[in-house]
Amino acid sequence: MGLAAFRTSSNKQGDSGAGASVGRRYVGLFFTLPAIIFTLVFFILPLGMTIFMSLHKWSLMGEHNFIGIQNYIDLLTRDSQFWNSLWFTTRYTLLITPAIFIIAFLLALLVNLPLRMIGVFRTIYFLPAVIGLGTSSLLWVWLLNDRVGAINAILKLLGLVDRPIIWLADPNYVMIAIIVSIVWKTVGFTMILLLTGMQAIPAELYESARVDGANYWEQLRYIMLPLMRRTFALALVLSVIGSYLAFDQFFIMTAGGPQNQTISVVYWIYKKSFTDFNLGYGASMSIVLLVILVVLSVIQMWLLRDDTTY
Amino acid sequence: MATAVQSRTAKRPRSALWGRVLLYVVCIFIAILFLFPIVWSAISSVKPPKEASAAPPTFLPSQIDFANYGKLDDYGRGVWSYVGNSVITAIITVIGSTVLSTLAGYGFARFNFPMKNIAFVLILATLMIPFQSILIPLFLILTGLRLQNTLFGLALVYITFQLPFGVFIMRNTFASVPREIEEAALLDGCTPLTMLYRVMFALVRPGIITVGIYAFLNSWNEFLAALIFMTKEANFTLPILLTSVRSGYYGAIDWGALQAGLMVSIVPCVVIFLLLQRYYVGGLTGGAIKG
Repeated sequence: MGLAAFRTSSNKQGDSGAGASVGRRYVGLFFTLPAIIFTLVFFILPLGMTIFMSLHKWSLMGEHNFIGIQNYIDLLTRDSQFWNSLWFTTRYTLLITPAIFIIAFLLALLVNLPLRMIGVFRTIYFLPAVIGLGTSSLLWVWLLNDRVGAINAILKLLGLVDRPIIWLADPNYVMIAIIVSIVWKTVGFTMILLLTGMQAIPAELYESARVDGANYWEQLRYIMLPLMRRTFALALVLSVIGSYLAFDQFFIMTAGGPQNQTISVVYWIYKKSFTDFNLGYGASMSIVLLVILVVLSVIQMWLLRDDTTY
Repeated sequence: MATAVQSRTAKRPRSALWGRVLLYVVCIFIAILFLFPIVWSAISSVKPPKEASAAPPTFLPSQIDFANYGKLDDYGRGVWSYVGNSVITAIITVIGSTVLSTLAGYGFARFNFPMKNIAFVLILATLMIPFQSILIPLFLILTGLRLQNTLFGLALVYITFQLPFGVFIMRNTFASVPREIEEAALLDGCTPLTMLYRVMFALVRPGIITVGIYAFLNSWNEFLAALIFMTKEANFTLPILLTSVRSGYYGAIDWGALQAGLMVSIVPCVVIFLLLQRYYVGGLTGGAIKG
């Protein structure tokens, strides 16, 4: 009781004190200024420069002349590789997102069960997510190798193949090989995300459903899934954006091959900008990619918007 | 409660027991799938070099041999020099991200100042923009600042990429500290800065650790920016160097050395994650679900 009285009185004091002192008005600005400056110099400025550069022919040495929207016209009408890359990246996203989602959801259901030691399994499934994507790509280059790799050795041991599959150089197998490696690397992350959403649902909701005679699957269908919409939306946006920005795995595992089939959009931007040194053109592709991603995120957020409050 | 559970299991002990056993078998099988690549690489890295490159692969090493790790010294200036580059970059990134995020989090959580909301939205909105789309001008900005090809310049960029997450986490952390503590300290004559240092620091330490872990992992693992900004081999970070071990401009791929290099890259991440798991997952939930 005495404590409550103290709290209200000191609150009043603190507020009026903050309003009265002029110097205090800028204390907050002082604390936040370094972060603001970093964001302006290393994020907002380059973002503006990307738009500016995309309207120029711009070489690595810095010579540049204004050419209006010529880069965008070239990009949309002449650059067949850009369209190939966009289509490839879209296909990759459409394949890997459901794969990650379904596996992550099943794993989340599994590690949400009240079993002893389940935390250990949760940690193990998540472990690959803390490894770098570049490192895991290299790891899979080795595992998938036709001579020294373990995957081919195991398949042969099980009698599933007669001769080793050259996973990363065979147009029929390259996509599945990369998808397996990326699912291994990232599915634990989505699993934890979904698990957090599952555990945020109040236990009373399940209990009252159980009292009404709902079994496990009915509780899943009518309570868990609808209430996890926000979590699904978040995980979906993260997964789609991550896939559209894929670079490391293609650069390291396939170098864009076989026959330039696995050049993702970011890879093509990298090549145009830092192999051909056509920075303005690369900038215009970056802007197109940016617009695509923002539109996709907005659509997904809208589709999975959550009107319920609980 | 305990009796209720017991009576239920007593009714159908067999099916419940078998269901449990089956679930554990599934759990263990999946665990093997997830652990296999890392464990297999660890085992192979301590094989004698010839066995490490054997085709088809052998299972267990005939003897434990660290020669593959020794061979890492033959790449470029020796792998340890690139590990050093990665460590330096990660240290600058961790210190920079935690200090800037802590200061900004405190400012946003506890003070009112002109344009506060605009500034906060500005920092968080950068989450929407993929950093991949601004790398080209960033390269030019670093060149303009004479920071191209320096670990410091790379770390400055990494710090900026960490800020939206870090500021968000730290603002929430500060906001969850009861105001009474500060008010008491204010009465004792603390200025805002000494307050932050003497009083708040201990209270927000979990948030700082969370921001630090993410800063470390992202800096240690980042690939594309390092590939673009570091054009001189002497300044390569570990992931870039490992790619060149693989890509063969040192000749044929030395699989044993690659496995050892992978371990050098993986082990710090795994150790830090296992030690500080609580803070890592806390960051995931605090940063993702609430947002």
